[in-house]
Amino acid sequence: MSEAKIVDARGSFCPGPLMELIAAMRAASVGEELEVLSTDRGSAEDIPEWIKKVGHTLISSSEEAGVYRLRVRKAK
Amino acid sequence: MKRILIVGGGTGGTILANNLARRLRHEMDAARVSVTVLSASPRHMYQPGLLYVAFGKMAVSDLYVDQETLLDPSIHFHVDPVETFDLDHNEVKAKSGKTYGYDYLAICTGSRPTLNAVPGLMENAHHVYTEEAALKTAEALRTFEGGRVAIVTGVPHKCPMVPLELTFMMYDYFKDRELLDKVSFKYTYPIGRVHSLENVAKWAAPEFDRMGVSYETLFNAKEVDGAQRRIHSEEGSVVEYDLLIAVPPHKGMEVIEQNKLGPSGWIPTNRATLGMEGRDNVFVLGDTTNLPISKAGSTAHYEAEVLGENLARLATDGRPMRSYEGKVFCFIEAGKDRATYASFDYKNPPRPQPPTRAIHWFKLAYNRLYWNSVRGLL
Repeated sequence: MSEAKIVDARGSFCPGPLMELIAAMRAASVGEELEVLSTDRGSAEDIPEWIKKVGHTLISSSEEAGVYRLRVRKAK
Repeated sequence: MKRILIVGGGTGGTILANNLARRLRHEMDAARVSVTVLSASPRHMYQPGLLYVAFGKMAVSDLYVDQETLLDPSIHFHVDPVETFDLDHNEVKAKSGKTYGYDYLAICTGSRPTLNAVPGLMENAHHVYTEEAALKTAEALRTFEGGRVAIVTGVPHKCPMVPLELTFMMYDYFKDRELLDKVSFKYTYPIGRVHSLENVAKWAAPEFDRMGVSYETLFNAKEVDGAQRRIHSEEGSVVEYDLLIAVPPHKGMEVIEQNKLGPSGWIPTNRATLGMEGRDNVFVLGDTTNLPISKAGSTAHYEAEVLGENLARLATDGRPMRSYEGKVFCFIEAGKDRATYASFDYKNPPRPQPPTRAIHWFKLAYNRLYWNSVRGLL
């Protein structure tokens, strides 16, 4: 698995993690993978919805000890 | 003598200063404690009034009072904006060149709209975050003859209810002008529901459905094409408009960023003590904190009451006793003559009730009572 750029939004509350992902995606290249770390449950629900709406690819999502990890590939 | 320095003369700074003056009257009379406020302006603006200016319900002259008249006479007040914070040496340097030392510092410099964060927003959108913009919005609403109204919101922004209030109030305004059959509304919001507070979103979405206001969530404006009257979103969708109303994203003040006190001008703050992270004698309140709560006057008000009690104890060799529990109270104008409210804290979410005329009238009364509120009389 290639290295993903980490967007560490732990401690940030909704909509902070989503906003940080949007900013990071803007700066990323097509095909690049990013991994968002968040401790906010609302954002963990919003981010996959946002990825689906934009048309990027959600590679994986998991939660461990209250930290949500969402890995996404920029598709366009 | 213990010196308490307050940087910022808005809602938080003014309430904090008056609260301290009341609690420390004897110590201040005996020159054992001093309270100084530094502000960038000689006038204090009631910022929530700008929304009413846009709808012709308040005059600009209603928004301002001389700051000095709001402060207890025992408080030292200077119009001298701070340019440099030297926290290691417990002093700040202001525009006049004067240096002000302190034993305890409270930073409450506020926030500012950043319309330039979205290309085209500044040139094409109306908003209610400055006097000039509110007056232009009033003129745009007054002369609008029908078409597509789009509401675009960036985050974070000051006053969490403004996107909803603008929409509800425009609906009634155009209804009174008998324009509703010629107007369509498109409300957009950056996250997956129509408001950041879940219960407020649950209340507002059916209201929009009832009024025929369409909405698109997960909509983050990327660019406004003024020639084509189109807003392009980060998500790839496009909204067309004839009248564009924006709630622009905000940042903390430039002086906070320039002094590297916090990214985007928001200072990392302990959510209970309101202490600046990593500093024992520096406190933060109001919009300036990085706390995940509403940037609203009531937030600053409740924080200032907690901080006033704690600073008064610190200045008299006591220990701080109170914690800020995240209390916020926001009115929500649900049209021209009805309102509800959201009251919440860190542990208890808001539960908005159906709007009533009584709450609307209470809000209008508060628009006048505010001056007594910041004086500490309410």
